[in-house]
Amino acid sequence: MTSILQVKNVNKSFGGLKALNNVELSVEQGTVHAIIGPNGAGKSTLLNCFVGRLTPDTGTVDFDGTSLLGKQPHEINQVGVSRVFQTPEIFGDLSLVENVMIPTLARRDGAFKLNPWQRVDSIAEVREKAEHLLADVDLQDKKDMIANSLSRGDKRRLELAMCLVQDPKLLLLDEPTAGMSRADTNKTIDLLKRIGERGITKIVIEHDMHVVFSLANKISVMAQGTVIAEGKPEQIKGDPRVQEAYLGGAHL
Amino acid sequence: MIAPTARNDLILIGAFAAAVLTAPLWLAPIGAGYPDLLQKFAIYGLFAIGFNILFGFTGYLSFGHAAFLGVGSYAAVWSFKLLTMNVLPAVFFAVLVSGLFALAIGFISLRRTGIYFSILTLAFAQMSYNLAYSVLTPITNGETGLQLTTSDPRILDKMAGIDYGAALPTTDLFGTEMTGYPGFYFCAVLMIIGFVIAVRIARSPFGTMLRAIKSNQNRLNYTGINTRPYALAAFVISGMYAGLAGALLACTDPLAGAERMQWTASGEVVLMTILGGAGTLLGPVFGAGVIKYFENIFSAFNHDILMSIFDFLPGWLQGIVVTVSGLFVGEGWHLTLGALFMIIVIFLPGGLMEGVGRIAKLFRKDGGAANSSVSTAPGE
Repeated sequence: MTSILQVKNVNKSFGGLKALNNVELSVEQGTVHAIIGPNGAGKSTLLNCFVGRLTPDTGTVDFDGTSLLGKQPHEINQVGVSRVFQTPEIFGDLSLVENVMIPTLARRDGAFKLNPWQRVDSIAEVREKAEHLLADVDLQDKKDMIANSLSRGDKRRLELAMCLVQDPKLLLLDEPTAGMSRADTNKTIDLLKRIGERGITKIVIEHDMHVVFSLANKISVMAQGTVIAEGKPEQIKGDPRVQEAYLGGAHL
Repeated sequence: MIAPTARNDLILIGAFAAAVLTAPLWLAPIGAGYPDLLQKFAIYGLFAIGFNILFGFTGYLSFGHAAFLGVGSYAAVWSFKLLTMNVLPAVFFAVLVSGLFALAIGFISLRRTGIYFSILTLAFAQMSYNLAYSVLTPITNGETGLQLTTSDPRILDKMAGIDYGAALPTTDLFGTEMTGYPGFYFCAVLMIIGFVIAVRIARSPFGTMLRAIKSNQNRLNYTGINTRPYALAAFVISGMYAGLAGALLACTDPLAGAERMQWTASGEVVLMTILGGAGTLLGPVFGAGVIKYFENIFSAFNHDILMSIFDFLPGWLQGIVVTVSGLFVGEGWHLTLGALFMIIVIFLPGGLMEGVGRIAKLFRKDGGAANSSVSTAPGE
């Protein structure tokens, strides 16, 4: 298996706080890689280093053979990395179909294109693709609604559609089921499993063990800014270090 | 909400053009059917349409757009002085110069968003205003303002053999003087063109990106869009509209003063856009019309007129009513404007266009489904 994301020796400090301490991570193509750990372990900081929001103090982050360091968020997206946020980041004032058309246009036209004379509703391929993706996440009935009027679970699915429509090589999911009901969580797991069939590599940060063990092929456990254990779900389940650090000794 | 299809947009543009071109007829009964005021409607309507592309669509509140209005005026007057009294080169150079000016100011100001962006634009506009008064006097003629003189070179006019003799020349469009109704129709045609461009921008992928910037710039960055050039393009386009409006002010009255760049003028276009409905297509034009109308009508009221209006009241009551209402007219018309603005913002946050939408809904049985916010439906 080839690795699509290589993280080597990454350090990041905020003032005196060492948020990331020599993090090493290798994500293999086509897998679902979960990163778990207690609050403050550095999971989100690490994710922010992948998408250009933060720059590590030292170390390298290589994606598909190129370095992501020093790249702007939009440049990183354009090489094939999409991100779902912890709280859904959508275009709240726009309709659902517009929400999905924007990333479609971004993939088709690149980071900037001055085309003020074309009608957006005349670009059939973009609209069709957007509507197709909305159908994939069961939102086609609401496609003309304003995105802010959606429930939280629906917003999450919309954001997922916005990422999937770009056919990313790597999809980053930051707590995709945070704040969801059990029913919504299960729906999201099913959805993520279904999109798993597209072969998109995924990194999932998650607190909900149910979600992690339903989805992940491989799990990295972080604590205090560093990766303390890595392996297949069943190995992680039985690892005493993990239970100590993450669960305070409680059993899974 | 009316769906923004190509056909509906054609109807919208057609109705807009017809309404603007027949304005002298239907505005006459309310005392606004004279060319000087009509010219102002068209010029400030154009200014507000352009401002709305930046503020209404993209969500960047500029407090310095009067600077571009002023630059446009100066460029136009210089064109009259150096080249020709024909208005077309003046309009062309004004749009060009204000566009370049907006490119420079936008490039710096757009490094920040929100209130910091607004303050930066305000600072640049006040700088321009003060420079126009002081060190740039050779270009702006300082406090006196830039005016035409009989000794101006007017190279192109000389080459064409046009001689104004001892009289001060007047602006023209191939022989038609740009005063009175011809002046209004020239401004009106340019406003209609400006409106068509705004509609096209609103419906384009470019316009969609602008609305996405307003809605969630962070998400747009993580969606692979470089938002800076989009915002800068919107800034330059709206600066060019302002420059065009400034040029038209100079075309209808060929002088340019620094007070045109003052912050009150920048604030006025913000009021016009919000009053009419920021983000809507027609709102800014309405807002500009209402403000310019009130400015002209209310500021013309004086004590005697008020006395004659309230003549039917008993003498003691007449005195009180006239004293109180006198505060709201004449020099104090800004008080009326302020009160009107407060009422609109509190009860109709979406501006006059929201009011129009609500009234339209009352007349439509199926209005329930059309419950979307004004900003997402510029064609409403």
